[in-house]
Amino acid sequence: MSETIEIEAKDLNFYYSGNIHVLKKINLPVYKNAVTALIGPSGCGKTTLLRCFNRMHDLYPKHRYEGEVLLRNENILKNPMDIINLRSRIGMVFQKPTPFPMSIFDNIAYGLKLQGVKKMADRTELVEMALQHAHLWAEVKDKLHTSAYELSGGQQQRLVIARALAVNPDILLFDEPTSALDPLSTAKIEELLEALKKKITIIIVTHNMQQAARMSDCTGFLMLGELIEFDRTEKIFTAPAVKLTEDYVTGRFG
Amino acid sequence: MKREQIRKIEGFIALTLSTISALLGLFWLVFILGDVLVHGMEALNLTFFTNDPAPLGVVGGGLRNAFVGQLMITLFATLIGVPIGVLGGTFLAEYARGRTIAKIISILSDIMVSVPSIVIGTFIYAILVKPIGHFNGWAGAVALSIIMIPVVLRTTEDMLALVPWELREAAFALGAPYYKVIIQVVYRGAATGILTGILLSIARVAGETAPLLFTSFNNSFFSLNMNQPMSSLTATIFQYAMGPYQIWHAQAWAASLVITVFILVLTILGRLIIKWRYK
Repeated sequence: MSETIEIEAKDLNFYYSGNIHVLKKINLPVYKNAVTALIGPSGCGKTTLLRCFNRMHDLYPKHRYEGEVLLRNENILKNPMDIINLRSRIGMVFQKPTPFPMSIFDNIAYGLKLQGVKKMADRTELVEMALQHAHLWAEVKDKLHTSAYELSGGQQQRLVIARALAVNPDILLFDEPTSALDPLSTAKIEELLEALKKKITIIIVTHNMQQAARMSDCTGFLMLGELIEFDRTEKIFTAPAVKLTEDYVTGRFG
Repeated sequence: MKREQIRKIEGFIALTLSTISALLGLFWLVFILGDVLVHGMEALNLTFFTNDPAPLGVVGGGLRNAFVGQLMITLFATLIGVPIGVLGGTFLAEYARGRTIAKIISILSDIMVSVPSIVIGTFIYAILVKPIGHFNGWAGAVALSIIMIPVVLRTTEDMLALVPWELREAAFALGAPYYKVIIQVVYRGAATGILTGILLSIARVAGETAPLLFTSFNNSFFSLNMNQPMSSLTATIFQYAMGPYQIWHAQAWAASLVITVFILVLTILGRLIIKWRYK
């Protein structure tokens, strides 16, 4: 983990459908080449915060951002902002695996096509690289042209990660990526994330506190739309500064 | 009587009534199809498809003009109706999702589906036949396409709505603009469903007679000119069945058989696609 801040929320407020105040004055630094976990009870705003980083909220009407999200000192909440370019720099992986209705190869190549990688030879090479980075190559190399729906849930999730990696993003956002998976597949994904952080920065929303403790470098604890505490993960889980954090991580509520 | 006995008697009555109803429905269906098959086979031979109608008294006449006319009218109806239906359904399911305008259009097209087709025929008569001065093939194609549009539109809307929203978000998250998300991801997910809807809508219009009587009318000669009256199987069946000649009746039966089989094949194909999709 480096000390450089890759992306940072500054006094970030967010409102749904006009005036429902869901994020309240969030100040959260995300360090480069680290895994930052966001934890908190259901409805605390952790997914909402995650979706601010790639401006996913822009898909829906009547949202409102206030404050700043700085990506390498550039405020990505400003308008006009090239959101399409932003999303190719900041990828996202969802709770349920979301392979597209096409072959394994085409799934990975999809982002490459969007980025204008025209030559088939380049695509083939980049697809293989992405699948290797996602620890999936060995399992699928002989069936690249079969439907992605034939893979297991865990494989599909790694496929989706490979798809996000193929376009070479700086940051990957994970929204509870293992909550729909069995323990074995979960372990594989966690291992993968551990390896990935050498190259990219990772933010992960998780309901599973052991997962946050196991694999993250920093942890932010949110409740009712406020960032209660942010610190090194070992600090949050062993000696939190706030009583509320301690109650949550020791399982007294949540 | 004990409750068990009552229950058994009730069960027996329900079973008997529903079985009789089913058999009654099935009986007429088999009767009609069997009749069409038996009578239709009599006049069915190769010249029936390759020759144009012969003068009365001359043997060897066929209905080539009606087959070609039917295919052309249906083809152009499909070419007009399918793009409008698919794009309209896309608008409702994607761009106007959840908005009042989408609900209004959905309800309107549900009403359109049940509008008697003869009403559509007279409407097209008023705007595409009367001003031009004579019946023409285009008017027939447009009338059929108007019947198709609401069917295709609603199927497309329903099929697109079935594609999980997460799939779109995943594509957006890769930096895809909305139109690419729709064309490259959503359409793929809904392709078989939309195709089935298109096939069923073609089957629906292929059997229409009333709107064609007011628009493309009929033509005893072979014609590829859509600007002129054009023959169709259904209008020919109507004319021949009403006519006084034995040979006309036989040919009307044969034409009925052909169009029934055509619609049957389309419908079965549609069902097969659905089945294959959900396997």
